[in-house]
Amino acid sequence: MTGRTAAPRRWRVSKVGATRAALIVLTLALLELLCRVGVLDRVTIIPPTEMASALWDIVRSGRFNADIAFTLLNTAAAIVLAILAGFFVGAALHVVPRLRRVSEPLLSAYYAIPTFVFYPLLIVTFGVGRAALIVMGAMFGIVAMIVNTMLGLDHVPPAVDKAGSMLRLGPMRQLILVRLPAAAPHLLTGVRLAVAYSVIGIVAGEFILATSGMGKRIAFAYDNFDNRNMYGMLLLLLVGVIIVNGVLTHWENRLHRRFGQR
Amino acid sequence: MKSSRFDYLVFVAGLLVLWQLVYWAVGADVLSSPFATIARALELLQTEAFWVHAKATTSAFAIASVISIAGGIVIGLWLGLRRFAGDVASPILGSLYSIPKITLYPLILLIFGLGISAKIAFGVIHGIFPVAIFTMNAVRNVAPVYHRTAHIMRLSPVQSAATIMTPAALPEILAGIRVGIALTLLGTLIGELFASTSGIGFALVRAMGIHAVTDILALTLLIFVFAASLNASLHLVERWVRHGG
Repeated sequence: MTGRTAAPRRWRVSKVGATRAALIVLTLALLELLCRVGVLDRVTIIPPTEMASALWDIVRSGRFNADIAFTLLNTAAAIVLAILAGFFVGAALHVVPRLRRVSEPLLSAYYAIPTFVFYPLLIVTFGVGRAALIVMGAMFGIVAMIVNTMLGLDHVPPAVDKAGSMLRLGPMRQLILVRLPAAAPHLLTGVRLAVAYSVIGIVAGEFILATSGMGKRIAFAYDNFDNRNMYGMLLLLLVGVIIVNGVLTHWENRLHRRFGQR
Repeated sequence: MKSSRFDYLVFVAGLLVLWQLVYWAVGADVLSSPFATIARALELLQTEAFWVHAKATTSAFAIASVISIAGGIVIGLWLGLRRFAGDVASPILGSLYSIPKITLYPLILLIFGLGISAKIAFGVIHGIFPVAIFTMNAVRNVAPVYHRTAHIMRLSPVQSAATIMTPAALPEILAGIRVGIALTLLGTLIGELFASTSGIGFALVRAMGIHAVTDILALTLLIFVFAASLNASLHLVERWVRHGG
């Protein structure tokens, strides 16, 4: 961070925010206009105001509540699984550099393979239902967590480590009290990415084959040319992801600033 | 060097053993054995149908990569050089990068229909944002002395972007390209899974439809080998630019 004085900085921040809001509103207004005039036909896309009202309908009527709860619960389970497993694998690889070096190509090419080709195999193993979706989501999220756990532990400054050993902490307390907080900003990056990727895995699974869920509803509405419900659900899903991502990013930036590292 | 090669061999052997053990545990309905999968993959490489699909995928992937990289770099350079525009756009880019783009498949299909343009569009929406974000951050992290140099030499914004900022930010831009290309490949394959009548992704969907486990795994293995070698060669280029260029 550069050492700007507080007042002009705040003024600048609000100007940036205002410009950003104006940009978003203008884009939406343009889209609305193009839809209303008929440049974009209703079969392809409906005006943003109608998407919003469809979203409001869905939330108010509660007719898709079961699907929304299904997806939320599965996503939460997948995220927890991905974060815990990813953290332990990442920490283990950090401790054994030789293993880490050889697994690096595997980890860095992982996100180029469409992991959901394994979904049919998961269905055979677990049946159609929650378990297959949760494993799918966790499989998507775990590698982001592994990679960022390793990065975070790499970035623990040696001085912090030494301070821990000066206090004669045991290895376990050293890990929990010293290294974990020092690695927190990167761990949070891992959490944010694991959340984003787990959602992709779950929704993709629901698109392909599921009994319920938001992805299932979107695919069903798409197959039936029911654009109102499709765009309403789509908007709900995207708004949810953007809000969660925004909150995590904000928190992450604050941690990065506090620890003064990048 | 010799010991690291030995490590790799042990690692790959370990993975194969693990695979075989899981195969014994879950059975042939869920997995195929490593030996059968590799044999099937080699067999596929000799069929003409595979190469027709591979060609369809590679051409869509190549076009999508070019659009992602060129578009991402132009957006990233512009946002990186204009501090204000960058501040305005960067959270928007971050959000676009993080949304599950797979949910947009109905929209993409409605706009582009089935075919190569939908695949390319899928590839681009996955690949362009990481390239733009990495490029923007790379340009912003360029040492201030370079900016002053450009100023003193009275370079126009375009000249300064081409002759000073791009070379200075090149290693990080290359990292962005590497991430962008991996995601473009993922996007293109997703496009083929949902919206196509040709390509490796389409072959995968067909194998999934008839539950041909060995085919699914053989195709996945081939995709992985392709992605990993692409990634490794881009790593090499990156390292060469960072240290030797």
